[in-house]
Amino acid sequence: MSGPNKYQPTSAFGKWFHERLPIVGFAKDHMLDFPTPKNLNYWYTFGGILAVMLVVQIITGIVLVMHYTPQTDLAFNSVEHIMRDVNYGWLLRYMHMNGASMFFIAVYIHMFRGMYYGSYKAPREVLWMLGVIIYLVMMATAFMGYVLPWGQMSFWGAKVITNLFSAIPFVGDSVTTWLWGGYSVDNPTLNRFFSLHYLLPFVLAALVALHIWALHVPGNTNPTGINIKGPQDTVPFHPYYTMKDAFAIVVFFMFYALFVFYGPNYMGDAVNYVPANPLVTPAHIKPEWYYLPFYAILRSVPDKLLGVIAMFSSILILLALPWLDTSKVRSGNYRPIFKGFFVVFAIVCVALGFIGSKPPEGSYVIWGRILTAYYFIHFLVILPLLGLLETPNPLPASIADDVLAKKKPMMLAPAE
Amino acid sequence: MSTADHAHTDVNRRDFLFIATGAVAAVGGALVAWPFINQMNPDAAVLALASIDVDLAPIAEGQAVTFKWRGNPLIVRHRTKPEIEAAKAVKMEELKDNVARNANAKSGDLATDENRVVGGKAEYLVMLGVCTHLGCVPDGANPSREFAVVEGATKTGGWFCPCHGSQYDTAGRIRKGPAPENLAVPQYAYLSDTKIRVG
Repeated sequence: MSGPNKYQPTSAFGKWFHERLPIVGFAKDHMLDFPTPKNLNYWYTFGGILAVMLVVQIITGIVLVMHYTPQTDLAFNSVEHIMRDVNYGWLLRYMHMNGASMFFIAVYIHMFRGMYYGSYKAPREVLWMLGVIIYLVMMATAFMGYVLPWGQMSFWGAKVITNLFSAIPFVGDSVTTWLWGGYSVDNPTLNRFFSLHYLLPFVLAALVALHIWALHVPGNTNPTGINIKGPQDTVPFHPYYTMKDAFAIVVFFMFYALFVFYGPNYMGDAVNYVPANPLVTPAHIKPEWYYLPFYAILRSVPDKLLGVIAMFSSILILLALPWLDTSKVRSGNYRPIFKGFFVVFAIVCVALGFIGSKPPEGSYVIWGRILTAYYFIHFLVILPLLGLLETPNPLPASIADDVLAKKKPMMLAPAE
Repeated sequence: MSTADHAHTDVNRRDFLFIATGAVAAVGGALVAWPFINQMNPDAAVLALASIDVDLAPIAEGQAVTFKWRGNPLIVRHRTKPEIEAAKAVKMEELKDNVARNANAKSGDLATDENRVVGGKAEYLVMLGVCTHLGCVPDGANPSREFAVVEGATKTGGWFCPCHGSQYDTAGRIRKGPAPENLAVPQYAYLSDTKIRVG
């Protein structure tokens, strides 16, 4: 493996600075020269898309705070003030609001990509676990952000989610009172959520730095799942992947803009344009789309404490994934049976999201229970057994061999 | 004193300093952490708004009125005779939660209809409209809606939580659904025959 070139400053100032703070050399090694497998496909661009979306959310968020008032009597109207009076306020708010949904679309694709190509397997367990923690902090950040406009769904979403903690035996009620700063979701709750919603994106940025650090120790996985064997398997990150990521980011931005300009409220709930009323619960209360599968799991268990445990377990089980999947083969491309189960699992997750959006009645309850059971069976039974029972297909000798094998038909084609 | 002794004493002394410093730092850390944790608990202004007076006289039989108390809905229902009878007919074994959940009752009191009200005034049911599952407001005040609890052939009214489908009977006791407890009856007292102070 050739490894990164040693940075040689050319100017006298560059040399002087490099001896005191080698940040330029560090950036060159990790952002430009970093040896990256040459066969990464577009599923691998979502990490870059996520980094850009975090920046978009931070920038739009900082400017929205310049016009928003975190006070129960004023919050709802200050958001409408942003929408009507503030120059381009509508654009900034719709970018932020839809940006959250885009962030989750990208993170779900990024996670499923990791699951399919076995990106969590040794030696990348810590990288994967950091990713799960990032996902948890993202969910907390998005939840608190959704409370800030102080509409009906903001209020009741906040009430239901904070009440999850009241299920903790013995101390549950004290914990919820402490979270609220009162006896219900009210002004103190709104204030602290605002404070934390501003803080957590920066915590996320720090966690992302750790995530990339952990990525750059072993380097990227790739669709073959086999390790880099030499310089013939890699290309430098720049310009090959800076270009590929940039292209993907532009396409993703077009998709994002489609929502911002043509369907800004498509993914939201109309009820959130009704100001919060602590005395009336909306008839159909449901969280934002990105929480729906977990909400379905919560409701599928007819006991309060067990329901809350099931919901949190469904996310925390991801931390154990590197040890639950017993297969030595990383990539799903070479695991014929796993491939089928992976597709079923992805469909089950989407179906759980659909169930979560429906009222808890009739066949939705039964289906919710079946799908919840399958979700856990996938992790606790199917993945451990599959690794022991399945015969994987033969792996290519190297990344370069695999790339060349795919190019062969073209090379054999007669020259024009 | 030999060199070995010297080294030995030094290590002991360093260990002592290390442990003593660490212990003081840990206690100091805990003392500093507490104000930062406790600041999130209800403040004096929130605690000061803790009681309201409710006039029961204008509430007609069969009517329920919702007040705001400590940021939560407080349901005051003037129950009809059939509602009271239906609640009294329920056996304790049929209840999911047979504890009174009444701040005015003694701990360990059963959730009989008598123990869900104060001063034997069965016609006035006063409780928090906060579902014990995840805190939504159970719906019951609207007379046109379906009855939440149906006992055999008798439709007995009660409350239904729209969020996750918990059903409470005419005494506010949980009968069906994910909620673990009966609706909470807050502390209140009769100031006169038709006036109560809550909190």
